[in-house]
Amino acid sequence: MKKKFSFERLAASPYVVWSLLFIIAPLLFVAYFAFTDSDGGFSFQNIASLGAYSKTFVMSLGFSLIATTVCFLIGYPLAYCMARTSERTRSVLMILLMLPMWISLLIRTYSLMALLDNGGLISSFLVDHGFEKLNFIGTEAAVILGMIYDFLPYMVMPIYTSMTKLDNRYLEAAADLGCNGPKTLFRVIFPLTMPGVVSGITMVFVPSISTFYISQKLGGGCFDLIGDTIERQFQNAVTYHTGAAVSLVMMILILLSLAIMNKFSDSGEDIIV
Amino acid sequence: MKFLSKCYIFIIFAILYAPIFVVVLFSFNESESLSNFSGFSLYWYQELFRDGDAFSALKNSLLLAVSSSALATVIGTFAALGIARARKKWTKQIMESVANIPMMNPDIVTGVSMMLLFVGFVSLLGWLLRVLNLSQNFDGSYLFGFWTMLIAHTTFNLPYVILSVLPKFRQMDKNLTEAALDLGCTPLQTFFRVELPSILPGVLSGLMMSFTLSLDDFVISHFVSSPDFKTLPLYIYTQTAHEVKFSMYALCALMIVVIAGLLLTVNLAGSIGERKQRKDAHAKGGSK
Repeated sequence: MKKKFSFERLAASPYVVWSLLFIIAPLLFVAYFAFTDSDGGFSFQNIASLGAYSKTFVMSLGFSLIATTVCFLIGYPLAYCMARTSERTRSVLMILLMLPMWISLLIRTYSLMALLDNGGLISSFLVDHGFEKLNFIGTEAAVILGMIYDFLPYMVMPIYTSMTKLDNRYLEAAADLGCNGPKTLFRVIFPLTMPGVVSGITMVFVPSISTFYISQKLGGGCFDLIGDTIERQFQNAVTYHTGAAVSLVMMILILLSLAIMNKFSDSGEDIIV
Repeated sequence: MKFLSKCYIFIIFAILYAPIFVVVLFSFNESESLSNFSGFSLYWYQELFRDGDAFSALKNSLLLAVSSSALATVIGTFAALGIARARKKWTKQIMESVANIPMMNPDIVTGVSMMLLFVGFVSLLGWLLRVLNLSQNFDGSYLFGFWTMLIAHTTFNLPYVILSVLPKFRQMDKNLTEAALDLGCTPLQTFFRVELPSILPGVLSGLMMSFTLSLDDFVISHFVSSPDFKTLPLYIYTQTAHEVKFSMYALCALMIVVIAGLLLTVNLAGSIGERKQRKDAHAKGGSK
């Protein structure tokens, strides 16, 4: 028996070493760079200079909150409708939903750009039908639309999964006990699918607040989001320290908001039970 | 109501797929226009295949995807075994939450942190060489490329492998392992002959997922790669930085088709396997 346990304990050791070296150590490096200056001395200078980026932080937060909200408003009904189709349709829809998640986000962003291009299909359709030429690329709406388009499947998938796990008897019980349609939705279905909603929101919010290629491609370089700021600062070795500070602050903000959201969803469940 | 919900599903999926169809369609366009399809032509594909850089990017991408997914699958499968059988609860919890870090962290932070690790390593190496008087001006930038990419891709693939293998270990009948050991198998033999066959579906889906993730990744690669080692997404990014290039639409279309094929294969294989399992279960139930 002893032989077996030692093998099983050893089994995870390559992973433990790997994660210490390549997951934990890199994060320590970010913290190290954030709190040192280019001579290697300890300094708060980088963190203190972040005030200059407060506008960037606010704009990124605004864009990603709008994108997340719209994704939720589109995605929740979609997941609900999908869960109510026949089993055969569902498996087809599942593949159709997974395919965009498997295609590189860069390619999908680029595809959306092709469609929305100022000389693209939609724009020329509008011109042909007597509308004014639309310069969509380079607007706030284009960037937010890009986020919604790119990350919508990541909202739908977890909600859909928790919808299919929903026990039909709850709905029957709700109907028997006199709940009408909307009431069932808000008091039974929504609370029970809350875990899916939380992970959907996470999976949309985190990549949208940290993106840089969406704002570069669809924003036409007019918008500087947090991701763009970080990306730019890592082009040049001189600004690594500021870049690390921005990354560190963004990471902490994201972790904090995730923790708060998890707290909310937990207490939400407590109320129902 | 039913009709409305079907309409809604249709509209959203149509919007989701419209840009993809546009790219695939216009990659066959004769002229360089995104609004006017003047005629079918393979011109942009020919252009793409004449492009030597695109080929080396393809080679790099495949090499990296195969090696990083294989490495991640091996390490991840053993890690899942260790996590599933860990006796202390807190060991389990710590390992699982560490596995979650690359999934929870924004890609850009993972990319940046890896880059800083490699930069730090290179400057440490340079310092060592200076101290030991071996080389005065060491330039470690050539270390960036395949190896840094391999490390980064393996790292972000690992959690996906662990997540797909771990449930299989939990579902597995533990008595089988005990029986094999009692009957004289060494732990390694037990793993390969008894445990591996029963967790194989999880291992394979982890492998496929890692392969695809590695093929697709842009953000993390963007930070840890060097100009000499470009993968397909990096190549598309640099090629389209300043101008619209139609041969890049052809490349995107090709990648979309390949990924779609991959996804369909995985799903078909999965559903056939499931049907077989159900049949087996049925047969077992019948013989009782």
